Amino acid sequence: MSSKDIAADEFLSGDAAAAEGAIAVGCRFFAGYPITPSSEVAERMARRLPEVGGIFIQMEDELSSIAAILGGSWAGKKSMTATSGPGFSLMMENYGLGIMTETPTVIVNVQRGGPSTGLPTLLGQGEFMQARFGTHGSLEAIALSPESPQECFDFAIRAFNLAERFRTPVILLMDESVGHLFEKVRIPPQRNIEAVSRKLPEEVPYPPFRADEDLVPPMPPLGDGHHIHVTGLTHDDEGRPEMTPKMQEELMGRLVNKIRLYKDEIMDIEEDGIDDADIVVVAYGITARSARRAVTLAREKGIKAGLFRLKTVWPFPTERLRELAEQGKKFVVAEVNTGQALIMVEQATRKDAVFVGKYGGEPHKPFEILNGIEEALHADN
Amino acid sequence: MVTEAEKQRLLEREAATIPRGDVYIVEERCKGCGLCIAFCPKKVLVESDRINEKGYHPPELVEKPPVDVCINCGFCERICPDFAIFVKEKKVNNSEQ
Amino acid sequence: MPIIKADKYPLDPYLRTERLPHVWCPGCGLGIVLNAFLRAMQKLGMDPDKTVVVSGIGCTGRTAGYVKMDSFHTTHGRAIPFALGIKAARPDLNVVVFSGDGDLFSIGGNHIIHAARRNIDITVIAVNNFIYGMTGGQLAPTTPETSITTTSPYGNLESPFNMAGLMAIAGASYVARWTTVHARRLEKGLEKALSKRGFSFVEVMSPCPTAFGRRNKMKGIIDSMMYYQKYAIIKDNPNPLDGVIKPNEKFVIGEFMDAEDEPTFDDKLWELTKRDFLETSQADRAKWILEHRRHLETLATLIAGENIAPQEGEMDE
Repeated sequence: MSSKDIAADEFLSGDAAAAEGAIAVGCRFFAGYPITPSSEVAERMARRLPEVGGIFIQMEDELSSIAAILGGSWAGKKSMTATSGPGFSLMMENYGLGIMTETPTVIVNVQRGGPSTGLPTLLGQGEFMQARFGTHGSLEAIALSPESPQECFDFAIRAFNLAERFRTPVILLMDESVGHLFEKVRIPPQRNIEAVSRKLPEEVPYPPFRADEDLVPPMPPLGDGHHIHVTGLTHDDEGRPEMTPKMQEELMGRLVNKIRLYKDEIMDIEEDGIDDADIVVVAYGITARSARRAVTLAREKGIKAGLFRLKTVWPFPTERLRELAEQGKKFVVAEVNTGQALIMVEQATRKDAVFVGKYGGEPHKPFEILNGIEEALHADN
Repeated sequence: MVTEAEKQRLLEREAATIPRGDVYIVEERCKGCGLCIAFCPKKVLVESDRINEKGYHPPELVEKPPVDVCINCGFCERICPDFAIFVKEKKVNNSEQ
Repeated sequence: MPIIKADKYPLDPYLRTERLPHVWCPGCGLGIVLNAFLRAMQKLGMDPDKTVVVSGIGCTGRTAGYVKMDSFHTTHGRAIPFALGIKAARPDLNVVVFSGDGDLFSIGGNHIIHAARRNIDITVIAVNNFIYGMTGGQLAPTTPETSITTTSPYGNLESPFNMAGLMAIAGASYVARWTTVHARRLEKGLEKALSKRGFSFVEVMSPCPTAFGRRNKMKGIIDSMMYYQKYAIIKDNPNPLDGVIKPNEKFVIGEFMDAEDEPTFDDKLWELTKRDFLETSQADRAKWILEHRRHLETLATLIAGENIAPQEGEMDE
């Protein structure tokens, strides 16, 4: 019996676990450029992909890395790259190409402190907004934020499944602390891994952008006589450039709606002790672990607090937060930046939240978030 | 000294041994750039007075047999940037020669 | 006498004819290059179903939209890595990058050097028109010194790239430079490039009468083409270092590199996925990697000028 047939526990970093999750779900093409703190993803892929018949390429930069994985994806492989802030910024243009050309792929961003070179080896969560608004034009993004190596593994699998399901790039928005954290990761037997395959057209030739009822077009493979044309220009369903207001609205509408209309299928929120809570703590990634502890400490002090953890940060759970706000709950937002999810939470709840921001490169200490909870308890709104 | 009559005979013999071509055009693709006219080694093309649907003047043929005729060299179809002009070998029957 | 009217062109099976006439200006050389490429494909019997054309942005970038094959119009500068991704993942496909000098050597300059270094088995057709045409005639990395462009109104201060030489030195297996006037040789050169295993590169000097010619003493379409006829000299096995182009001076065209076949980057990537290769000793893997590197020897010979046929002007000595 090979090791793939039984569950195995491995002691892995978040970076390595993300790589293993990708391989488990069928990623067979990786192109990337080394950058702290994501390099361990590439290193793991460089060793592991050839063993499973996959292709690993270290590219000359991040611009080419994302271009290569888009090409690899059209060539039929589940493809991935991994980077951190500076590289993520360089990838933004072709992230947009991936959105526009509906190319399934996974971009891992292990966030560090920024802007610019910032804190290469220390924690940041400064790309919360960039993951959503970083490339030009209007779009809907899908981004997942794991809080542990186990979730790096599990979310890598889910990221690929969402990418293939919706024919779009998906961002695995990790952070330095989760990426470099070593914990036990349970790797299930291969047969228990759910792997979504992209929808293929049934006829030849099939237009590369002719969507089904779910607004997602089947993706014609190369070399089969489809003669597809794929362009970043505004295009009709055959892929032909058509730069008219009508076409732009039609295409943008579909690209956005294929995600918006299926938000509930995509969104994954952990609600812990929210029902009776007076105070809702919103957090994601490594910060959620401190927030969970803070909520426990608050409960011990008799404060009814609950954790609202964004396992998917995009699409954002605006409606649910508004619902909770209407119940009179108060909000605390904790994150490692100067206030990004904060903007979304305040917009959703239509009230001020207590912000527990930290941006020195360290994760929150639970008492820091507890202080925020207490502050919220005594706040007016 | 070669007489005019002899010269004509020689020319005709030469004309009979070189290939001949028929020139074709997908006229609505022509942008009237004039490259086929300028680069035709036998100078058998000129700009016409006609106007195609895009408003350009496509070329026309000014063959002066027996020598100044299309020789099916294919250069016009290679130098045409618009996939418009091309040549095919002319089927010449012996009685015409 | 009118020419015989036709409704089909012999290369139509390779073209998205419903998109014609194309966007390029009258007299633009791009159609000539595309024509030569399709003829070369036809001559070689290349299957359009198994051929992928990748373009970047710019006038040349629009090429992908006219070929009836799987085709990609990517972002500015990134055609090469996109194509590399396709080829590495699907080595059974013929992958051709068709793009311009600005796209490939300015914004995408890093990628093309690395693609040549890796010797990935793709063919790059680099159309050099000395200018940024699509955006209205700005300075390119190939613009000859002193030339007038909209962003060098006092004359270009910079030296242009010797693209062919750069590619030969960086590691390309095949490098040639032709012009649109040399349409037959161009077609032959493209045939050779397309059949070559490894990174093959064909620079095609192609006129931009609209954005370059008319600002630089080439009044019409014909003048722009005649420039190449006047200044190009064909050489056998030219030294890659002699590929520099100066304004209104003779420049060299021909085959700058034709190295022996060796395993390509995609061959090596797939070799690495074989269990035997993974399980053999590191010494054996190292031997396999090194024993197939012939490019440097060919390059040394070319630069030293050995085994080179007599060049123009040397015949009588």
